[in-house]
This record gives sequence, C-alpha cells and structure tokens, in this order.
Amino acid sequence: MKRFLFTLMLVSAAVAAVFGQGYRIGDKAIDFSLKNVDGKMVSMADYPDAKGFVVIFSCNHCPYVMAYEDRMIEIHNLYASKGFPVIAINSNDPSVQPQDSYENMIERARDKKFPFAYLFDEGQKIYPIYGATRTPHVFLLRKQNGDLIVEYIGAIDDNYKDASAVKEPFLRNAIEALLAGNKPPVSETKAIGCTIKVK
Amino acid sequence: MPVRRLFFLLSLLTLLQFGFAQPKTKEVAKPVPVVDFQGLKPFLSKDNDTVYVVNFWATWCAPCVVEMPHFENINKEFRSGKVKILLVSLDFPNHYDTRLIPFISSKNIQSSVVMLDDPNSNFWINEVDASWSGAIPATLIYKGNNRRFFEKVMTTEELKSNILSLLSQ
Repeated sequence: MKRFLFTLMLVSAAVAAVFGQGYRIGDKAIDFSLKNVDGKMVSMADYPDAKGFVVIFSCNHCPYVMAYEDRMIEIHNLYASKGFPVIAINSNDPSVQPQDSYENMIERARDKKFPFAYLFDEGQKIYPIYGATRTPHVFLLRKQNGDLIVEYIGAIDDNYKDASAVKEPFLRNAIEALLAGNKPPVSETKAIGCTIKVK
Repeated sequence: MPVRRLFFLLSLLTLLQFGFAQPKTKEVAKPVPVVDFQGLKPFLSKDNDTVYVVNFWATWCAPCVVEMPHFENINKEFRSGKVKILLVSLDFPNHYDTRLIPFISSKNIQSSVVMLDDPNSNFWINEVDASWSGAIPATLIYKGNNRRFFEKVMTTEELKSNILSLLSQ
C-alpha cells in the first residue's frame, strides 16, 4: 500500500510537472511526510483535531518571506487553536540557494521562535504537486470526510510592506469564512515573491 | 561629484527615453525614478513600432542578477534601433539608497531603471500579464498589441530572437 501511494505520488508529481498547473480551488490535496526543524517527520495526518491547514511555501532567504514571517506567526497563534494551524514548507534546493539549507531553517525557526512546523521538502517533491511557484505562497486546506480540499491559494494579504496598511487580509478572511461554514470571499490572489529555486 | 553627475544624466535619460514627466519643481531628480503602478502602466502599453522589453527584477533576487547582463547585452546591441529596455526594480523602498543605487553603480547598468513601489501586487500582477504568478524574474516583450510574457530567466539569444521576430511583424 505504501509503495502504491508513493507511486501514485510520483505519478501525480509527473503529471503536475508536465501540465505545470498544480492545484486549483476545490482539488483534493495530498498529505506529505517531511522533516521538521526539530528533526521529527510531520504529516497533516498528525493533527487529528485540525479542521484544515494553512500550508505556506516559504524559505529562509527571501525578503518577501521575511516581511511576512511575523504575520505567519500571528496567523498561527490566532487560528491553530481554532483548527487551522500553519505548516511552512521550504522547497528550495540548498545547492542553488545555500541560505535555504535545513541547518539554516533550524536557525531561522529558533531566531524567530516559530510556533508552527517548518518542514524541509527534501528532493523538491511536494511543491510541484501543489503548484507552488514562489515564496511565500499559501494553500489553505479544509478537511472534509478525510480529504483535504483546497479552498484558497495565494497571498497572505495585500500589503507586504506594511502590515498596518493592509486593506484586505485575504488569508484571514478566507479562514474566518471557513470557520463560519462559508466559502472564502476571495479564493485566489497573486503576490510578488521569490521563485522556488531549482537546479 | 562626477558619480552624482553621471546619475543625474542617467536619470534624465531614463525620464526622456520613457517620457516620464519632468519634475516641475527644482528638486534634484532621483537617479532612479520611483513609480506606483499607475505611473508604470503607460510604459506597458505603448502603441508604436518600437519593441519594449520590460524586466521585473530585484537586487535580492539571485536569478534576476544572473540574468541582468543579458538585458545589458541587448541594450547595447539594439541601442540605435527601435528597441527599448526598461528594468523595473521591485526592491523594497527602504533599500533604495543602500542596495538599488549601489547595485546599478557597481554593475554599471546602462539600461533604463525605475523602481515600482506599489504594494497592491494582487491587482497589478494581472494587469502586467494574466498568466504571471508573481515570481521574479519576469519579462514582458511587446510591440503594439503583440505581447509575449516570460516568467523565467531569459538568455541573450531568447531576448534577441523575440525582439527580432516582433520587429519584423
């Protein structure tokens, strides 16, 4: 069964790579098993009480990520207890971007006191399946009958520069809508970000 | 202050080349103009027989920095032709003096540069091109209504072949 799942994962990765699209709203997202900064493997299945997940493709080096780290922490602190924890994933190839090594992830997580899991996508298997292209890139998932449904894709809010000048907190609005049993008012947004570094 | 004078001339050239309005007051023009999207928009939809190459980049974006010499090559090669290069920096405004200006100076960038300072990227990314996810580097090459968009690192050859094919249309 495990081998079957792995094959299925590789096939879907290949399909995603060929079509270059990744997930769309309403798609079922796959779970993953990736190494956290504490050395332990983490899957979404490890959170039985979660109502969903805020999966954020992230990294150490990108100035746009740095501009959003405090807001990522805030969102986790606000919504993890309500059922929507943040899971950050670094998919960059450290041989291309040395600052994004696993060791530097540990350091960054310690310096910023990340309250959320910060996982290393070793071998860059997960980001093409999701269709992440940049950092930060958010995928908001909702649990439904054991599936993980993609409900929102995009930016955290509409102002990377100044959290106090945000007019539309896209991600928070989307989480609030899901908590109220509604669909996110805006389901897809765009933002400037760093490319995911590939050899 | 020869460096400052050089910057002043460069900025004047940028302003003239892309038709940015001359400052009305006697303020010293910034070596690189800072615009919001409304300020940039006219340069994304010029309707004439010139090919415009608009590259979105930042000093902190490693692949953008790697790509930069290709735009400089093109700028040099087509300087006398109907081709205009505009490098749109997405550096953070607080890095204007500490990173952007030193970068342009140390790399001796000859192409025109503007800084886009407009945080509402969810709005303007689609205005540049609907297929753009927001990752940089990204490049728009267009002549009139014929537009080509690339969300990747470009080579001199790719830039050249696209420019030549647009020029011949």
